[in-house]
Amino acid sequence: MTNLEPQTAAAAQAAQAVDPHVDAAPSENPVPEGRPRAGWRSLVPTMTPWLAIGLILVVGISLFGLIGPYFVGDPRQIRDIGLTGPSGEFPLGTTQIGQDVLAQLAYATRGSLQIGIIVGLLATALSAVFGIYGAYKGKFLDESFSLLTNVFLVIPGLPLVIVISGFVPRESRGLWTIAVVLAITSWAGAARVLRAQTLSVRNRDFVAASQVSGERSWRVIVVEILPNLLPLLAAQFVFAVIAAILGEAGLAFIGLGASNSSTLGTMLFYAQNGFALALGAWWWFVPPGLIIALFGMGLSLVNFSIDELINPKLKNLRQHRKRARRAARLERELARSTRRAGGDTAKESVR
Amino acid sequence: MNYFLRKLGFYAVALWAALTLNFAIPRMLPGNPVDILLAKLQQRGGTVTPETRKAYALLLGGDSSDPLWVQYWDYLKNLARGDLGTSVSYYPAKVSDVILTSLPWTVVLVGVATVLAALLGVLLGAFVGWKPGTWLDSLIPATTLLAAVPYFWLALILTYFLARVLGWFPMQGGYDVVLSPGWNFEFIFSAIEYGFLPALTIVLASIAGWLLGMRNMMVSTLSEDYILTAEAKGLTPRKILRSYASRNAVLPSVAGFAISLGFVVSGSVITEQVFSYPGIGGRLLGAVTNNDYALMQGVFLFITLAVLGANLVVDLLYGIIDPRTRARS
Repeated sequence: MTNLEPQTAAAAQAAQAVDPHVDAAPSENPVPEGRPRAGWRSLVPTMTPWLAIGLILVVGISLFGLIGPYFVGDPRQIRDIGLTGPSGEFPLGTTQIGQDVLAQLAYATRGSLQIGIIVGLLATALSAVFGIYGAYKGKFLDESFSLLTNVFLVIPGLPLVIVISGFVPRESRGLWTIAVVLAITSWAGAARVLRAQTLSVRNRDFVAASQVSGERSWRVIVVEILPNLLPLLAAQFVFAVIAAILGEAGLAFIGLGASNSSTLGTMLFYAQNGFALALGAWWWFVPPGLIIALFGMGLSLVNFSIDELINPKLKNLRQHRKRARRAARLERELARSTRRAGGDTAKESVR
Repeated sequence: MNYFLRKLGFYAVALWAALTLNFAIPRMLPGNPVDILLAKLQQRGGTVTPETRKAYALLLGGDSSDPLWVQYWDYLKNLARGDLGTSVSYYPAKVSDVILTSLPWTVVLVGVATVLAALLGVLLGAFVGWKPGTWLDSLIPATTLLAAVPYFWLALILTYFLARVLGWFPMQGGYDVVLSPGWNFEFIFSAIEYGFLPALTIVLASIAGWLLGMRNMMVSTLSEDYILTAEAKGLTPRKILRSYASRNAVLPSVAGFAISLGFVVSGSVITEQVFSYPGIGGRLLGAVTNNDYALMQGVFLFITLAVLGANLVVDLLYGIIDPRTRARS
């Protein structure tokens, strides 16, 4: 598990700090001087090198997990060349009993992505129910949902997951059991952020209008409120996927993962139990963790760009960046022109 | 005063919820500890009679024939007396004793590492966020790599390079085994030497969260009117950074301490496994592999208690350093 969460906590704080009547939608961005931009353009993140890296990482690793398994050999086939380093035939070497690490990596990536998406969907759904529905209904329901959320937030997740998995017998510890357990322990942070945002959307005029015209509450939530929360939900889903992949990896590493699946965590479990570390077989334990870290980094980078759009407090960041870039360019041009004009005034113009 | 009472009330509820979860988990889940232990016994060739069954049931904490509320009441009564049952894997040691011997290791390790990571992260974040858009600030997204690294994998990598290849640090354990634990210089030095790599792992893996949070808040604080006023008054940038911007920007990081601490504790539980550290995480995992249910529940309870306690302290402090929270409630 990581603590990517403080960022979300800060976002929640920011969302709470905003006056509920002020529209926090990114389309309200003060348009920087120059040509006015079309409204929808401000909803699409600007392509920065970091966003490009993030997209490449996410797409690349997803493709590796999706179609990689069709191109590699059998990950379970045992050969008599145990613990050989990377070579032409086996680009990532072999395990202790001669299994192809690259083949295992492809299948394990698929397994980890699968569990990440399942848990991500479950956790986002749970957080939407407790965050949005509670905040919309208000009064007692909101109070009790909010209390439940905060309680789940302070109870440390992984120890709870370990205890729960410890009590489930190994035979019945399937993929879905692990997914449900992980989802139950990881929805709380997102629910709190969603609640804060729902509270601010709920009081806007269009919601009141639809209530007055007699719409049912589920329709108000789905049609009027949910579209306003979509970017936030997307960001929470991305966080949930990262947290789930990390959580599952941790569980599998200590031997409590799903019994019938192979994930990156299971690979690390076998590497640790096969003394990969003591034998110096870095090609066995480095790649699985690296895939997790890079995939998580890719998703966070994409989230970073989304965050700069949806977080009203970060609105001025893009302007700052643009201004800094323009200042640097001007400075360069100035320096160049003064160099052409002669060194006399150089000192002055650098300033 | 109201704020403090509310906080105390909330943590009382959270504590009760944790205790109840701890009680409910073994009774809600399909696996029955007694059955699992008996199955293990049968695999090893033991014979299972109704008497063995009863003996195991008694060992694992009372007859399950009582109604649920009686069991619950007994459970709470035992907890109040500090009786968490008997550990199976460290038989005949009591669970509370097993936990108390390993608790200091984890508390010191996680405590020191968390404080270090928070301080470093907040300082760096304030420094970077002070000038958004510079080249240093544009490197910030790279720290997401650190935030997404699994703790235990980072531990493996650090062990491989710093301990195995370079040989700077010992690979495993909490102290040199030839020494006996005690308050002498030699032992403490050895404990620091052995604890360095686990601490480094936790600091590296958790610093990014603090850094990012602080930097984001710093950027948003810069657009506040009081910063503009301070600049207009002609205060030096250093003074504005120290007394105006960072003080306000650090508040959400303090408030978010609760969430981060949970993550750090979760991460360090597995990290201890990599280093065979004699802390509470290692005990938890050992209990899981040995089907030592009483120890498992006891460790979970202690971890939860520690996290709740730390959060309570931080929340109460927060009420003092930020008067707005008191006014709002």
